[in-house]
Amino acid sequence: MEEKVENITTGEQEEYVINMGPQHPSTHGVLRLVVSLKGEIVKSLQPHIGYVHRGIEKMCESITYPQIIHLTDRMDYLSAHINNEAVCLTVEKALEVEIPDRIKVIRTIMSELTRIQSHQLWWASFGMDLGGLTCFFYGLRDREKILDIFEETCGGRMLVSYNCPGGVMYDLHPNFQKRVKDFIKYFRKILPEYDQLLTGNVIFHERSKGIGKLSLQDAISYGITGPSGRASGFSCDVRKHEPYSAYDKVKFNEILFTEGDTYFRYVARIQEMWESMNIIEQLIDNIPEGPFAVKMKPVIKLPEGEYYQRVETARGELGVYIISDGNKNPFRVKFRSPNFVNLSVLNHIAKGFKIADLVAIGGSLDLVIPDIDR
Amino acid sequence: MDKIQLTEFIKSIGQDLEVKEGKQFIEVTVPPAKLYSLAKQLNLREEVRFDFLFCLSGVDYGNDLGVVYHLRSTFFDHVVVLKTRTSDRENPQLDSVADIWKTADFHEREVFDLLGIKFNNHPDLRRLFLDKSWGFPLRKDYVDDINIVTK
Repeated sequence: MEEKVENITTGEQEEYVINMGPQHPSTHGVLRLVVSLKGEIVKSLQPHIGYVHRGIEKMCESITYPQIIHLTDRMDYLSAHINNEAVCLTVEKALEVEIPDRIKVIRTIMSELTRIQSHQLWWASFGMDLGGLTCFFYGLRDREKILDIFEETCGGRMLVSYNCPGGVMYDLHPNFQKRVKDFIKYFRKILPEYDQLLTGNVIFHERSKGIGKLSLQDAISYGITGPSGRASGFSCDVRKHEPYSAYDKVKFNEILFTEGDTYFRYVARIQEMWESMNIIEQLIDNIPEGPFAVKMKPVIKLPEGEYYQRVETARGELGVYIISDGNKNPFRVKFRSPNFVNLSVLNHIAKGFKIADLVAIGGSLDLVIPDIDR
Repeated sequence: MDKIQLTEFIKSIGQDLEVKEGKQFIEVTVPPAKLYSLAKQLNLREEVRFDFLFCLSGVDYGNDLGVVYHLRSTFFDHVVVLKTRTSDRENPQLDSVADIWKTADFHEREVFDLLGIKFNNHPDLRRLFLDKSWGFPLRKDYVDDINIVTK
């Protein structure tokens, strides 16, 4: 009997390994985390990925450049338009094609709408992760309005594939400007409600403040970009540092915080939605006249060489690295996807926190699994 | 530091480095044995401070296997590209830079998984996406009769 009591006390000292995922609701996809626990405290965790590995980089080597664009939709499906843009910009840079202002403005507005809808879905699911089911309904209700705008102009709702090398696929729908303006007017009224529901909530503060702190040095060393990196003070907004499309013509602030915990990663995204609306408002009334696409050769062949283009997706810096040998297929394509890099820090920042906080930390990194696996 | 100064600076670190100005970035070709010491220098030296490894890609050049490192300095906002190649296809080995830039940990595992390049001194070199029964799919000589259709 005495022996048994001893076993129970020593049992608490032992490490306990549990499996979270691949079908766990809070991992937002097929991500598997093997978590070592001591009691309730996370000692270490190992991400196991590859459940949706489709070999997109290998596939790209046997298809043409316009075809690659449609594959990039399937990486980060919430930033589909921005991924498309990245490939188009790389191809245009390689061919030294001059892009008219109209296309640049259209792409910028679409990118910012994509960013807003992505953050809306993130807000919805992050609220749900922390137990606020109302957030999910609010977020998805408002996101639907942007998806409707996409559907009208692009034909697609999520996987828009609206970009093509040299421009966009079709001209804007006649209703586009009016609907976007209506949406901005609507969302400016609604976004403070998001704050009322979650940002000022005491339970939410308890769950997020001081949880999962990431220092500036670690953010740079781990390469954490996007709102997650900027919450730690890492000035990494590609739109500011290396403006592409029409970002050099608009005024906006780079949202920077220094605290780097779950709460400030949350606030950074909420602030970014305001900034995105500012950008759209500056552009929506002055879309220049002109063609919506430049005529390109029917078979696009990039000159021999290497090309690198980075863009700011909703989650961070997406880099497209193309090595061309002069054929119609690329020799090698590498996508530096933001989620793959952001996942690598999870072990570092979740250590020492409770397993319930792991859900909050994972949610605040805003991981999209198909972008990790590619 | 502008591009010319940066080129001069990198040349001053190592004598046998091949430094040329590419279309976008300064490209440095470095032999595998010198890679780690050059990376360490670029990271530590006050004049350049390359503290952000923003892309690490493995490339199969046909005969050689190589790795390309894209480095940026968050202090000065300049970029340099390091390239290294090894002609050993049977047992390619390079030095890991995971202790200099922590982001290299995952990136190197990915390169190991898809191209089969081993990184010495890597903290945890395991396959990332695929299991052991796969070959190395990003190699040009990878054969898969079922899934890859050659026209």
